[in-house]
Amino acid sequence: MIGLLKRDLALAIRAGGGFGLSLAFFLIFTTLVPFGVGPQTQVLAEIAPGILWLGALLACLLSLDRIFQLDWEDGTLDLIATSPVPLEGLAAMKALAHWITTGLPLVAAAPMLGLLLNLPGPAYPWLVAALALGTPALSAIGTFGAALTVGIKRGGLLLSLLVLPLYMPTLIFGALCVTRGADGLDALTPLILMGGITLGSLAILPFAAAAALRVNLR
Amino acid sequence: MASIWEYANPRKFMATSAALLPWTAGVAALCLVTGLVWGFFFTPDDFRQGSTVKIIYVHVPSAIMAINAWLMMLVASLIWVIRRHHVSALAAKAAAPVGMVFTLIALATGALWGQPMWGTWWEWDPRLTSFLILFLFYLGYMALWEAIDNPDSAADLTAVLCLVGSVFAVISRYALLFWNQGLHQGATLSLDREQNIANVFWYPLVITLAGFGFLFIALVLYRTQTEIRARRLKALIAQERMA
Repeated sequence: MIGLLKRDLALAIRAGGGFGLSLAFFLIFTTLVPFGVGPQTQVLAEIAPGILWLGALLACLLSLDRIFQLDWEDGTLDLIATSPVPLEGLAAMKALAHWITTGLPLVAAAPMLGLLLNLPGPAYPWLVAALALGTPALSAIGTFGAALTVGIKRGGLLLSLLVLPLYMPTLIFGALCVTRGADGLDALTPLILMGGITLGSLAILPFAAAAALRVNLR
Repeated sequence: MASIWEYANPRKFMATSAALLPWTAGVAALCLVTGLVWGFFFTPDDFRQGSTVKIIYVHVPSAIMAINAWLMMLVASLIWVIRRHHVSALAAKAAAPVGMVFTLIALATGALWGQPMWGTWWEWDPRLTSFLILFLFYLGYMALWEAIDNPDSAADLTAVLCLVGSVFAVISRYALLFWNQGLHQGATLSLDREQNIANVFWYPLVITLAGFGFLFIALVLYRTQTEIRARRLKALIAQERMA
C-alpha cells in the first residue's frame, strides 16, 4: 500500500500529472474574485473566508476525475484489483495521494491568497487549521465520487453534480470557522464539528468507494 | 404464510400491483379532491394570514412525501444491496422522479406563500436550504441512473450513492441548523402534541396527507410496472437478435 502511495505521488509529480495545476487554479480563482465584486477592501475582507474555501473546494473538485481515470484506461486498476491489496486500501491510498498533491499545497497557499483578499489578521490560524482539517474530507468524498463515475465516458459534470452536495457540510463548517475567527468569535466549535465530519468520511468512504470500484470492475 | 419476498418475483409483483393500482389511484383522487376542495373553499381564513394559509394543504403533504420518498428509496436500495431483488432496485429508480417533483412542489408553494407573508420568495433558512439540497440529491441520483448503460451496475452504484447520500443529507440538515437561524416556523404537525392545529384546518389536512401518500404509492407502482415492462422489452429484443 505504501508502494501504491509512492507510485501515485511519483506519477503526479513527474509525469505531468497536474501537481501544480490545482494550485494555479486556486490562485486564478482568487485573482478573479476582486474583478467580480470590486476592489473595496472592506467587502473583500468580509467575503474572503467563503471565497478561499470555495476556491479550495473547486480546485479539489477539478482534479478528482484524474484519481482513477488513467489507471482505469490502461488497465492498472484491474491489475491492482487482482493483487492481494484490498480495494479499500487502494481507495484510502488514492485519497491520501490526492490530498498530498492537492489539499496540502492548497493549505500552504491559502494564507498568501488570504493576504490578497485582505483577510483580517486573527483569521489566519483558523484558515490554516480549518483547511488542514477539512481538505482530507474533500479528498475522501471526492475519491468516492470518482470511484462511482470511473466507468462513465465524460463523467466530469456528473461527478460535480454528485460530489458537490456531499461537500456541503464541510464547506459550511469550514467557512463558518474562518468567518468566526475573523470576527473574533468562538471558532473552535465548527472546527471540531468539521473534524468529526473528516474522521467520519475517512472511516466510511473508502469502503463505499471500494464497493463502487468492484461494481465498475465487473 | 406468504412471505413479503414473494413480491420480489416480477410476475407476482405485476399481478398484485395491477390489482392494487386502480384502488390506490382511486383513493388518492378521492382524498385529494375532497381534501383540497374542503380545504380551499370550506375552511375559514386565518385571521392574520388571510387565505394564504390554505397553501398548507399542498405544501405540508408534498414536503412530507418528498422526505418519505427518499426514505423509501433508501429502504429499496438496502433491499437491493442485501437481497439482490431487481424489483426493489427498479422501485427505487421509479420513486426518484416522483420524490423530486414533490420536493419541487414544496419549494414552489413555499415561495408563493413566503412572498406575501415573509416579503421574500426565498430565504437562506435551514429548512428551505435543506430542501434545496434534497432536490440536488434527487438530481444527482437520477443523473447517475441515466449515465450508466448496464442496468445491474447502475442499480448497484445508485444504491451506494443513495446510502452515502442519506448520511450526508442528515449531516447537512444539522450543519444548516448550526449555520443560520431560521425564518421558517417550527413543525406544524407533531405526534407529541394533543392538538396540532384547530380542527377546522386539521381534518382537510389529514385527508390531503392521505391523498398525497396514496398518490405517491400509485405513481411508484405505475412507474415500477413501466420499468419492469421496459426491462422485459429489452430482453425480448436481445432474444430476437440472438435468434
